[in-house]
Amino acid sequence: MIRLRGVSYAYPDTANYVLADLDLSVGQGEVVGVVGASGAGKTTLAKIIAGFIPSIEGGVLSGDIDVNGVAISSLTLSEAVAQVGLVIQNPFNQISGAKFTVLEEIAFGLENTGVPREEIAERVQAVAKQLRVDHLLDRSPYALSGGQMQLVAIASMVVMRTPVLVMDEPTSQLDPGGSRMVFDIISQLTDLGTTVLIFEHKIELLREHADRVAVLADGRITAEGAPRAILSDPRLEKWAIGTTRYTRAGLAARDTGLAPVTGELPVSMPDAVEFFGPSGKH
Amino acid sequence: MDITFDQLRYTYASGVEALRGVSLAVPTGQRLAIVGQNGAGKTTLVRHLNGIFRPTSGTVRIGDWTTTDKQIAELSARVGYVFQNPDEQLFARTVRADVAFGPKNLGFDEQRASELVDAALARTALTREADAHPHHLSLSERKRVAIAAVLAMDTPIVVLDEPTTGQDERGVRMVASITNELAAEGRTVIAITHDMDFAAENFERVIVMAQGEVHADGEPGEVFSHTDALAKAAVEPPQLMRLARELGWRAHPLTVESFVAQLAKKPQ
Ligand SMILES: Nc1ncnc2c1ncn2[C@@H]1O[C@H](COP(=O)(O)OP(=O)(O)OP(=O)(O)O)[C@@H](O)[C@H]1O
Ligand SMILES: Nc1ncnc2c1ncn2[C@@H]1O[C@H](COP(=O)(O)OP(=O)(O)OP(=O)(O)O)[C@@H](O)[C@H]1O
Ligand SMILES: [Mg+2]
Ligand SMILES: [Mg+2]
Repeated sequence: MIRLRGVSYAYPDTANYVLADLDLSVGQGEVVGVVGASGAGKTTLAKIIAGFIPSIEGGVLSGDIDVNGVAISSLTLSEAVAQVGLVIQNPFNQISGAKFTVLEEIAFGLENTGVPREEIAERVQAVAKQLRVDHLLDRSPYALSGGQMQLVAIASMVVMRTPVLVMDEPTSQLDPGGSRMVFDIISQLTDLGTTVLIFEHKIELLREHADRVAVLADGRITAEGAPRAILSDPRLEKWAIGTTRYTRAGLAARDTGLAPVTGELPVSMPDAVEFFGPSGKH
Repeated sequence: MDITFDQLRYTYASGVEALRGVSLAVPTGQRLAIVGQNGAGKTTLVRHLNGIFRPTSGTVRIGDWTTTDKQIAELSARVGYVFQNPDEQLFARTVRADVAFGPKNLGFDEQRASELVDAALARTALTREADAHPHHLSLSERKRVAIAAVLAMDTPIVVLDEPTTGQDERGVRMVASITNELAAEGRTVIAITHDMDFAAENFERVIVMAQGEVHADGEPGEVFSHTDALAKAAVEPPQLMRLARELGWRAHPLTVESFVAQLAKKPQ
């Protein structure tokens, strides 16, 4: 569970607040997607929830940041890491640099947690299989393609089984099949009670998998609600976030009188089949 | 300046066979999108163009040059390469210094260099960030710095490794218009991408790679209709083509305009 109230933040030596009076909550077992333009503060927010800001990056932070009912500021960084897994945006930077193989890399976070050796080995194998990187386990973590590295970065967090996972554009380097796989895994994790906050540009996948979607703009959450309602809002174009081609086609069809002017626009393929199909509204 | 890959094979020192015989000709001024599964060899392929990698066997030609005869510095006058990971490409303390490195290194006189830098910063909407430290920018902003650094080199061939990754809608549209402008000036643009809508809307040719080989090659409308070959490469067609197929249409609309035009033809 994540609960943010009145969160404001400015980086060191800067005058302007990247986040200003932001409120957001994610319930246990829920997956909430956050969309926001380039530079909107998505990564900043992710690092705040994980406790990396201000402890590592400094700056001026205010407001309440609670994870599972505990203020993140009251935890040491290692206690915070046990509560929140952060999949960072650039997978290259998630690689520890301390390990020689992908296998050791995925196991790294578990090593100092008291989990028995045999269990670590089992969990690493299972997660590697789940993320389809089991054929890469003997490789150096640096001898990978960008997408493979991203899958390893995700695996190294999923293996920790933290109650909360914050994922900063975790599918940015992935092929379409891999992106779908990661969202399917997220759904499996939330079914088991994991709380997931995901920052993502792939609107079609958010529509299909998120329980709720929030828009980050001007340092705060400017809209929040059901995925289809939020993600079909034409203002997303104005906010530079963008819409799917299904939504754009729906709007264009409306403009030319080929679709009814009321009702929700389509965001995903099933929405669009219903919207445009023979049994649809027109 | 035409590009040819002839039976290109590349095996990493660790023994991974990343390219297993790629033959491909890219004529001057073409907009070519390379798509395909993670680990297919896309990055390995394009890194042969500016000499970061040398063929294990086979040849790569750029105009009248064979890459093995040339130094990286020489090749960089012909090929600009935007790295997949901007943090691997950028090294300077200010955005401007990063963007100015290429033109300086290519020996352009100061005035031309500074004109190119200003134009590249403006084109990528980074003028205001010129004096910022790249580490104080967000990742998508850093990716735009990496793109600007290559635009400022004014090369006849521009290679973009996942240029839209992490970009918001404004950024994706920016990359699309840069692509089209470069091609209009007669430059060759090769972009690797996992965004099939971006590929379908902005490129005249698409190749699909899987396991070190090219599995499909042609116009987007045609390539994206080979659903079996695509599935093997973990690729799916662009959104509106998937929708048209689901609706049972025979047409393959690549753009919103062509989708709506097709819709207008259907009996209501
Ligand atoms: N270390 C830093 N010092 C100063 N400013 C910073 C720093 N890191 C980021 N910023 C600025 O803070 C703003 C938010 O950055 P952040 O990385 O959170 O954006 P983002 O929404 O994640 O963007 P992207 O979509 O590109 O990943 C940006 O304007 C960025 O330039
Ligand atoms: N430094 C390296 N050492 C050994 N093998 C590598 C190295 N870099 C990449 N590989 C392997 O070479 C193959 C091709 O990698 P490449 O980076 O070209 O893929 P890609 O198509 O660009 O993938 P992505 O879409 O994930 O970026 C993959 O199997 C990868 O694991
Ligand atoms: Mg970010
Ligand atoms: Mg790559």
